[in-house]
Amino acid sequence: MAAHLKKRVYEEFSKVVQQQPHEEVPAKKLRLTKPSKSAALHIDLCKATNPTDALQYLLSFARKPVEAESVEGVVRILLEHYYKEVDNSVRLKIASLLGLLSKTPGFSPDCIVDDVISTLSNDKSNQVLAQLLDTLLVIGTQLPENTAVTQRLIEVACKHLNSTYFGVRNKCLQLLGCLGTVDKPLTKESEAGTSIAPLRDVQNLISDYFGDQDPRVRTASIKAMLQLHGRGMKLQQTAYSQACKLLNDDYEQVRSAAVQMVWVLSQLYPESIVPIPSSNEEIRLIDDSFGKICHMVSDGSWMVRVQAAKLLGSMQQVSPHFLEQTLDKKLMSDLRRKRTAHERAKELYASGEFSSGRKWADDAPKEKVDTSGVNLIDSGACGAFVHGLEDEMYEVRIAAVEALCSLAQSSPSFAEKCLDFLVDMFNDEIEEVRLQSIHALRQISTHITLREDQLDTVLAVLEDSSRDIREALHELLCYTNVSTKECIQLALLELLKNLTKYPTDRNSVWKCLKFLGARHPTLVLPSVPELLSTHPYFDTPEPDMDDPAYIAVLVLVFNAAKSCPTMPALFSDHTFRHYAYLRDSLSHLVPHLRLPGRKQTAVLGSELSEVGSGSLESAQQFLQESLVRVSTLQNLDSPGAQDLLDFTIRDLKRLGELQTELAGSADFCATYLHCQLLLMKALQEKLWNMAVPLCLKQNAMASTAAQQILEETYKLEFLYSGLETRQVATIHNVRLQAKALQLILTARTKRGVEPLIGLCEKFLQEVELFQRLFMSELPHFQDSFVEKLLELMPRLVACKPLDLVKILQTTLRQSRFIHLKLPEQIHRASATIIEPTGESDNPLRFTSGLVVALDIDATLEHVQDPQTTVKVQVLYPDGQSHIIHPKPGDFRTPGPGRVRLITQVYLSHSAWTEPCQIEVRLLLAYSSSSSRLAAPKPAWNESTEGLPTSESSVEGTINLSKPVKVFIMPKPARR
Amino acid sequence: MPDIKVTPLGAGQDVGRSCILVSVGGKNIMLDCGMHMGYNDDRRFPDFSYITQNGRLTDFLDCVIISHFHLDHCGALPYMSEMVGYDGPIYMTHPTKAICPILLEDFRKITVDKKGETNFFTSQMIKDCMKKVVPLNLHQTVQVDDELEIKAYYAGHVLGAAMVLIKVGSESVVYTGDYNMTPDRHLGAAWIDKCRPDILISESTYATTIRDSKRCRERDFLKKVHETIERGGKVLIPVFALGRAQELCILLETFWERMNLKAPIYFSTGLTEKANHYYKLFITWTNQKIRKTFVQRNMFEFKHIKAFDRSYADNPGPMVVFATPGMLHAGQSLQIFKKWAGNEKNMVIMPGYCVQGTVGHKILNGQKKLEMEGRATLEVKLQVEYMSFSAHADAKGIMQLIRMAEPRNMLLVHGEAKKMEFLKDKIEQEFSISCYMPANGETTTVTTNPSVPVDISLNLLKREMALGGPLPDPKKPRTMHGTLIMKDSSLRLVSPEQALKELGLSEHQLRFTCRVHLQDPHSDSDTLSRIYSHLKSVLKGYAVQHLPDGTVMVESIVLKVSSSGEDPNLKVILLSWSYQDEELGSFLSSLLKKGLPSGL
Repeated sequence: MAAHLKKRVYEEFSKVVQQQPHEEVPAKKLRLTKPSKSAALHIDLCKATNPTDALQYLLSFARKPVEAESVEGVVRILLEHYYKEVDNSVRLKIASLLGLLSKTPGFSPDCIVDDVISTLSNDKSNQVLAQLLDTLLVIGTQLPENTAVTQRLIEVACKHLNSTYFGVRNKCLQLLGCLGTVDKPLTKESEAGTSIAPLRDVQNLISDYFGDQDPRVRTASIKAMLQLHGRGMKLQQTAYSQACKLLNDDYEQVRSAAVQMVWVLSQLYPESIVPIPSSNEEIRLIDDSFGKICHMVSDGSWMVRVQAAKLLGSMQQVSPHFLEQTLDKKLMSDLRRKRTAHERAKELYASGEFSSGRKWADDAPKEKVDTSGVNLIDSGACGAFVHGLEDEMYEVRIAAVEALCSLAQSSPSFAEKCLDFLVDMFNDEIEEVRLQSIHALRQISTHITLREDQLDTVLAVLEDSSRDIREALHELLCYTNVSTKECIQLALLELLKNLTKYPTDRNSVWKCLKFLGARHPTLVLPSVPELLSTHPYFDTPEPDMDDPAYIAVLVLVFNAAKSCPTMPALFSDHTFRHYAYLRDSLSHLVPHLRLPGRKQTAVLGSELSEVGSGSLESAQQFLQESLVRVSTLQNLDSPGAQDLLDFTIRDLKRLGELQTELAGSADFCATYLHCQLLLMKALQEKLWNMAVPLCLKQNAMASTAAQQILEETYKLEFLYSGLETRQVATIHNVRLQAKALQLILTARTKRGVEPLIGLCEKFLQEVELFQRLFMSELPHFQDSFVEKLLELMPRLVACKPLDLVKILQTTLRQSRFIHLKLPEQIHRASATIIEPTGESDNPLRFTSGLVVALDIDATLEHVQDPQTTVKVQVLYPDGQSHIIHPKPGDFRTPGPGRVRLITQVYLSHSAWTEPCQIEVRLLLAYSSSSSRLAAPKPAWNESTEGLPTSESSVEGTINLSKPVKVFIMPKPARR
Repeated sequence: MPDIKVTPLGAGQDVGRSCILVSVGGKNIMLDCGMHMGYNDDRRFPDFSYITQNGRLTDFLDCVIISHFHLDHCGALPYMSEMVGYDGPIYMTHPTKAICPILLEDFRKITVDKKGETNFFTSQMIKDCMKKVVPLNLHQTVQVDDELEIKAYYAGHVLGAAMVLIKVGSESVVYTGDYNMTPDRHLGAAWIDKCRPDILISESTYATTIRDSKRCRERDFLKKVHETIERGGKVLIPVFALGRAQELCILLETFWERMNLKAPIYFSTGLTEKANHYYKLFITWTNQKIRKTFVQRNMFEFKHIKAFDRSYADNPGPMVVFATPGMLHAGQSLQIFKKWAGNEKNMVIMPGYCVQGTVGHKILNGQKKLEMEGRATLEVKLQVEYMSFSAHADAKGIMQLIRMAEPRNMLLVHGEAKKMEFLKDKIEQEFSISCYMPANGETTTVTTNPSVPVDISLNLLKREMALGGPLPDPKKPRTMHGTLIMKDSSLRLVSPEQALKELGLSEHQLRFTCRVHLQDPHSDSDTLSRIYSHLKSVLKGYAVQHLPDGTVMVESIVLKVSSSGEDPNLKVILLSWSYQDEELGSFLSSLLKKGLPSGL
């Protein structure tokens, strides 16, 4: 219907515009191309005089997509040529093309199964056979429901399993893995009678090839087994012992697959009992397999090692006894038992003496080892992680750290044990490993308490020059439990050292101390006088309030004081003053305290906090009420409507400032209402009743309003996260209104019809797009602009531009507000640039024509997909502006919803006579085509040529952060 | 039976003077040619007169292989090749070839110039000797001659250290040299594939030790250095020029980089600088980290480590100095030590073992007052630390290597007898392979079971494949019929027909006949049909036919029944089968001897 009407519009404008192809249109097109396509192929192939030519034709043919309808014809032609062809390589290519073609969506390949199978039984070349089986595999995976085909394919696979060529066997096993079922025995085969094995199921059949002479086939058989498992078949336990044997295979890919197989079985049958060879004992299968996989951590191939180490992490049902063995490594020196450094450190700590490290023989071996008792090759798990963490390849080390972490998360006692090892990893030579181990420690930190010596090692890393490492460590310290007051002091000391060495870490260090204080109030308490350097008798000089180190100490103390009411008694006067100052300036770091002797503020504070807890609901209520109130506004012209809107917008803005939880929603509403207000003003009666030339001023005002509304709607759509389709539709409605307004204004100001034609056309397209996108939401848009427009659509399409404008004008003025319904959670994307601070008076000097790198450090909140949307804008004083796309690697995610951008932008300019400021800000790029409800992407075989590319896709940017000024000074180059 | 003979000329139940003779498959190979640090007389070098009393060694040795550049593995090389006389190829890896002459030259200078020895090899001899060297690459198979091939594997011990696989026909020997199974800051871990040699000759320096993790030691080392620097003290690290020195340099360099430290690190010049140059060149022989980052920056181009000048020792403020030699017995390290010993803020870190009698040994044992030459005493106030960084495999590492290579026999060298004993027991117990530990001059003989390759004709193989079941089982040996033709030192297995054809012989039929007496009251034809039905029931799956001419055929076996003249009840059954059906034929005859079941 719509298409039909549209066609008429196009006819009238006598202009051909490529349009979104509709259902019947492409079909028609395709029917046209189909015979030509296969015919072309046919001709090509007939023309080919030698195999090389034919191969070339096929290769070029493979590059072009084929439509679903013509696939069958093409397949026939290919098969025809296949039968005639004598050259193996051409037949091979045809076979592979068959597989490729049967993947075409919309084509059902069951019609060619018979052909492929019959060619399979006739062909002699092994390579071609393998390729044909591969084609069957593709067909089989395309038709998982068709049991008859599946059954046939399995039979074919069984028949070809004893081929002499490894490739054929491989493919057969793959077929069995992809299509076979475990529960059903292969009855057909056993009925055939000749086979020696009666009643075998697929698993049995596959496992026969575990002992194949070709390693590739062995690998394929294990992979097929894993495939069976992946398809939800329950593997039998009998495969376990076979898989274990394959762990000792000569070839790494076999071992690698076998490790996986053992792991799968261990997950399937964790509790069944297996005997230990060469003894009468029996253990649980999970323990046995754990031991075996641990053994693979010291395999010769690093790929296998990585895999084994990774899999260990997911074996959580293993008994604690075995788990703890993984960290065990008995040391021996000259046949005497030696204690590990870890044990020594622990003992020193227990005996009260901290490691002096001065005795050179303090690792002297103690008792003599019974030679028969020492087991050098350990059965099973012994020391697996010790090996893994010391591995040559960092991939293995990372995998081991990860595994250690996930195992420790489920077992507190193991967490305690692996602590030393993780702390050791902080000194790894590769930063990635260090970072990973710090993260790992953070994840298990709920289970552990750091000893002083351990903390010491951890804190030593604070001096690391890598910012990521330091910040990860701060994050870790936030979650760490320490045992003694000395630890707290040590941590504070090191953090202060860190602060002096790297002043940029200020925020991170303060935050870290905040948590440290809040976590250990009782440990902080005894050292408060020392920390604040108060003295019982003498007044001490008042510390400098701007000193970051002093602030750091105060943050620690105040946060501890929050849950320790006796602490404020130890404060001196200036501390209270500083508290008041910090509470105001760094409110996110300094909590509210009940201070004795400050009754009033205390009472006030407590009330405030109560209000704070209760106010969220009331604020929400307030928000809702305001919206309801506004929604009663039916008519734009009613007296007081404007005022009401004005006040509501003001209220909402203030509410957003007060209540951070609701900031997103409130801002969103305010912006939306602002749009309405602008629209309302623009549509005032006066303007439209006057003759055109008389109201130039109003016209200008209205057009700026329309422009502003457009901008705001883009902000509404892209800056806020958590919107539902309905809100987006509402926003689009407003945008349409604004566009209509623009159209009307152009019609009024511009002479002639010519420029209008294009605009009208575009507008109509947009209306239609709206209909397509928000079909489901239309019931909510009663009486709205868009609804009316859609009703009038047939007329609009048919009428002349000027009539169209007239209709629009009346509709616009008659249409009603859409009541905004708030979604659950709205967050406004925001960004703050931490660095550069914009406070520096020293200009960055560089030679003009060359570049200078400016470090930018910013935090982004609630930005979706920051890697693609966030840009940095640099604005030079001469109005030049550069937009820089940061690398994806510059975005780090320290927490959910938070993103950190640490990047460098390169500045350059011609010489200036004196330093001047440039502005740096972050932008959010959007394009309306990448709207959240993006139109479905065209399938690969749909031609993209016909798509209107300019289809209302508006690219633009929104300011995301406040601009920061940077002083720069390009000097003229000296010659 | 062929055998492999191994005779250590040095390093047999001993450390130092590594030199092992191996004869395998008729080839004689010398593995390493080292000198002993402990002796200054003839015992210093291996006893080459064991090989031949007079004359040159060239006729007796097929090749010499040097595992790495340490003097106890290559120190006697110029002596052997130039003074005793050897002109054959000497194999070593590229880094070894580069660094070895520097060390030899240095060694020569000390012995000749300082100690004034005569009758020692000259610089020219070192050069001549190095001309005979053929460089090896890792994992490159080098054909020494038609039969002997060698292949080098990474050993990790020092730059360029290699393990060698020596192969003659199907017999093979692996010699590990010195190796390290745990990676360190500049080198990776030793690795070998599952080559299943007949003998694995392994060093066993730390046969009875299982070492603590390297990380703890590194951390301790760094922490101590860091603390001293922060206190404003000076750190002296006496090292030997090559090996550990580079590891410690890398360690400190990266630490300085990581921690953003500013205190200077100095390196005493000379040998070490030259050596560092080679470390820079042979980046592929180092560990993963250095290899991966060298595109941005070669780790051996130290940013924080500068060359040392004698005057720097008096500079105020913290500093770290690496100085040679490693045991504080002479030279620059001792001079600096004397200067700094008086200040308790300073520290000396001994990164390795110290021989008795050296200053290093004394201070490690806590001696506070040292007597120097000229009756002066030196008070030792500075802190003394000991940090062992050794790059040999420990007991666990050795076991790990055995597991990797899966040898059939094990032979231990380069270690103390008592410790070897322990490891030997362990190896025998856990791998159940025999393990040897010959002393110097003692020969170990290992008999091997070499496989003899035989060409088999494809047709025969295919025929056998077709006969057998559908499932090939590599674990189970299968018997097959064929004719072995030995002709011009080539062995071929062909089908009998082909063999006959090739040899121009005609085929002879061989048939066995046999009479079986049977008590049976029935007539001849009845007996035959009874036999027929009996066989039919017993031999399922065989073609049993009753032919009209009064015979029964089972496959190709013919049965006939006739009654004997005297006793009509005594039937004589005539069985005749061809040689190919021997098995079935004898089965039938024994079956018929038991008589027919009465039920028929």
